[in-house]
Amino acid sequence: MGETITFWVLAVVSVGAALGMVFNRKAVYSALMLGTVMLCLAVLYAVQDAPFLAAVQIIVYTGAIMMLFLFVLMLVGVDSSDSFVETLKGQRVWAVLAGIGFATLIILAVGNAIFAPEVGLAQVTAQGGYIRSIALLIFTKYVFAFEITSALLITAALGAMVLAHRERLTDKPTQKDLSRARFLGDRPSPLPGPGTYATGNAIDMPALLPDGSAAESSVNRYIARYDVEHDHLPDDPRLAEAIKHRAEEDADEREIAPRAEEQDAEAEVRDAEETPNEVTK
Amino acid sequence: MESEIAQITQHTGGVIGNAWLMIAFPLLGAFILLVFNRLTDRWGHLLGVAMSLASFVVAVLAFFELIGLGEAERRRAVHLYEFIPNLDINMGLLIDPLSISFALLITGVGSLIHIYSIGYMAHDEHRRRFFAYLNLFVAAMLLLVLADNYVGLFIGWEGVGLASYLLIGFWQFKPSAAVAAKKAFVVNRVGDLGLLVGMFVIFTTYQTLSFAELKPIEVENGTTLAIGLLLLLGACGKSAQLPLQSWLLDAMEGPTPVSALIHAATMVTAGVYLVVRSGAYFFPEGSGAALAVAIVGAATLLAGAIIGCAKDDIKKGLAGSTMSQIGYMMLGAGLGPAGYAFAIGHLITHGFFKADLFLGAGSVMHGMNDEVNMRKYGGLRKYMPLTFWTFFIGYLAIIGFPLLSGYFTKDGIIETAIEHNQVLGWLAVLGAGITGFYMSRMVFMTFFGQKRWAEDAHPHESPTVMTVPLIVLSIGAIFLGGYLVLSNRLLLFLAPAVGRPEELPTFHFVSVPGITTLALVAVGAGYAWVRYAQAEVPVVQPRGSFVTTFARRDLYGDALNESLLMRPGQWLTRIAVFFDNRGVDGLVNGLAAGIGGSSGRLRRIQTGFARTYALSIFIGAALLTGALLLVGTI
Amino acid sequence: MTTHYLVLSGLLFAIGAMGVLIRRNAIVVFMCVELMLNACNLAFVTFSRQVGNLEGQIIAFFVMVVAAAEVVVGLAIIVTIFRTRRSASVDDANLLKY
Repeated sequence: MGETITFWVLAVVSVGAALGMVFNRKAVYSALMLGTVMLCLAVLYAVQDAPFLAAVQIIVYTGAIMMLFLFVLMLVGVDSSDSFVETLKGQRVWAVLAGIGFATLIILAVGNAIFAPEVGLAQVTAQGGYIRSIALLIFTKYVFAFEITSALLITAALGAMVLAHRERLTDKPTQKDLSRARFLGDRPSPLPGPGTYATGNAIDMPALLPDGSAAESSVNRYIARYDVEHDHLPDDPRLAEAIKHRAEEDADEREIAPRAEEQDAEAEVRDAEETPNEVTK
Repeated sequence: MESEIAQITQHTGGVIGNAWLMIAFPLLGAFILLVFNRLTDRWGHLLGVAMSLASFVVAVLAFFELIGLGEAERRRAVHLYEFIPNLDINMGLLIDPLSISFALLITGVGSLIHIYSIGYMAHDEHRRRFFAYLNLFVAAMLLLVLADNYVGLFIGWEGVGLASYLLIGFWQFKPSAAVAAKKAFVVNRVGDLGLLVGMFVIFTTYQTLSFAELKPIEVENGTTLAIGLLLLLGACGKSAQLPLQSWLLDAMEGPTPVSALIHAATMVTAGVYLVVRSGAYFFPEGSGAALAVAIVGAATLLAGAIIGCAKDDIKKGLAGSTMSQIGYMMLGAGLGPAGYAFAIGHLITHGFFKADLFLGAGSVMHGMNDEVNMRKYGGLRKYMPLTFWTFFIGYLAIIGFPLLSGYFTKDGIIETAIEHNQVLGWLAVLGAGITGFYMSRMVFMTFFGQKRWAEDAHPHESPTVMTVPLIVLSIGAIFLGGYLVLSNRLLLFLAPAVGRPEELPTFHFVSVPGITTLALVAVGAGYAWVRYAQAEVPVVQPRGSFVTTFARRDLYGDALNESLLMRPGQWLTRIAVFFDNRGVDGLVNGLAAGIGGSSGRLRRIQTGFARTYALSIFIGAALLTGALLLVGTI
Repeated sequence: MTTHYLVLSGLLFAIGAMGVLIRRNAIVVFMCVELMLNACNLAFVTFSRQVGNLEGQIIAFFVMVVAAAEVVVGLAIIVTIFRTRRSASVDDANLLKY
């Protein structure tokens, strides 16, 4: 009875989390949902006489793999949320149809199957207990496969290093190079800081120039975009106008950026972003 | 019938046993000159001459060894090696009076022309190659006449065809020479086809191609008539007889020594050799095949003579004359054993005086900056006396001036012809008269009359290396005919090989045909004297009558070939091309276009979107699962 | 209970597959693949208990190892692609086509 309750609770949670993972726009949320599913599964393993696997599931999947996913998400850009407009014609319809069809088929198959009474693992683990039995299998019958997995892991680690490593083709720019670039650019001075007002001193507030107009460049364009997308615009129409304008500039740049495919160009962009002064090309 | 020919017996040892050296020497020469190429540029011509002379020496030694044997034993076969064991065809040489006569002519005259070429080709940068081809020709021609079976003969036959092609086109930078070479080659192929098919019929009928195993026949039947006509076709191709005569005049594009050696003295006589060699087997006396040979000969001798009358190019005039003289030989070869002897006799003397004439013409051209138009000669007698006298001797010999070579052999043919066939005989007499005219015209235009030279012409006598062969040849042109014909020396010598006539002919110095011939020749020569020595010869060719144009155009032989063969061939080709383009290509291209089009549409499936591919995989997996379930429930 | 676990496994697998087909963010697609693998593992474990054989669990264990290796390499590839193309969308890498 306890198992049944556990199952139903966890089944509902895991299916809901899985659906949430698929249908959430934000990759970070998806990752968290996946973590939920994995934890549920770990409990289900434990319930089904597989405590070793439950531990491995939590340590390897929820611990290591999910962390890796989150790291990569940070690296690739947390802000990049998917747009939900489907570009491939019919893809979504067919995908849902196929998914439902497949699930139906599995359910039909499993439902039609006639299972013998559960044997349980009590018999096989009677001698020496559960962990010993698992160890016995891994290190005797499957020792060869086990050794091969070690080779696989080493290869994967090496492969990841090779793939993620970036060869530096040019010298790292020195301070001199950077300042030269800055002075050759259209803006030698640092960008103005955000404005400080009685009503707010947030980083998304444009500063005012001596003539009273809003300094667009004082707002980070990503922040401006966020503000526009989430309707966090300040009440003052002048400032709101400046933020909107800044967000439009950002949109224009994003149009262009993906086309710059060369690594060098990419490096320059990143270098420029690293510097506090936005030395754009 | 007394036309029995002697049995062929096997021979080993001695010079005859090593007669293959005759072929090997020039072949080795050609091999060295062609393989070592530029390395031999300096002494290549000397090697060529030496190889030819060595071959001549072997031929002379073999000749003396042969006449040392009894008359009935003078047909010696020398086995060399098994050639095509499956068909029981062996390669061997047949040394008999006929082949040795040819071998002596080929190597003797050939050597003289080799020597002459040293001087004639002195300024040609490819002289070494020229000698290589000449040596190749000599080797092939010797194989042709010495082989003891039709296969060896055919190999030599094709070999001389090749050498002829290479030498006509020797100056291949001239388009006319290249075209002439091609024409000679193509026309010869027609003849070769006849020879080849003839050989096939012989082999299927008798299961052999060896002269030793073929049996002489007395009475003709359908098969031998067919074989005879096919061989005659081959002979016509090689010997430039009607209707395959058209290549010979163009062949004069080659260097003059080539014209002398190949297209006058030796190669073009291969057809006569073929007919005479096959005479006992397929052209019995009085047979239809033999009559065809004689008719072809008579027709060609007239055609050649008429063409010779109209040509202003000295070499083409001589080429027409060659056609005509070979026509005489063919006529003789169609008359049985008595005719054979005169035909071969005329062939040998013709080899001398025609080579003499050609080399003389070459000497004139050499002195006149390679000018060939006789209208631009005139009065050269005083400027190149040696050339003039040797040429003049050749001229007298060819028109049959009494007691010179041509007189004996040509009269022999004419009288034998009249004995056998009045019509052909008197046509030959008429031909002799025309010969008197056109040869006199040639001599008078070249050596007599006023000077009509080009402005930069400085005629001079040729170097010794060129005149000595002329002198040797003209000596042959004077005496050889009498020596061979009087007391039937050649006839008796050849008898073991070609048979002996029922009664030996005696040579009549005074006879009706002889006197008539002489009278006609005199009339022709006199007319030529009036027109070309006394009257002024226009430098520019006058329009001439219809007959003249007819002759100038080679009796419209080329036009005939063009309209009968070339145009229909072209139409056939066009139809084939049309069918190929529309039918075959249409099918293939249509298929290709269909596949291309459908694959062009099909490839649109490959969108490059990984998700699309994943979807198809997933749907496939779902369908597969469904199928498995379905199978499971059933 | 076996049936329940298996149905849950099938549902999770189908949801993961749908996610692979619907999502464009390469990382999310990758997560969905992981979900499918997990669904399979659940089936293995369930069958292991059903037939009373530990080998199902061993296989599930190996699947986890392989999945770990796969994630490492896969994510490295995604990072590399993102670095060169400034995009983690699977639809942007579509040059290999007709």
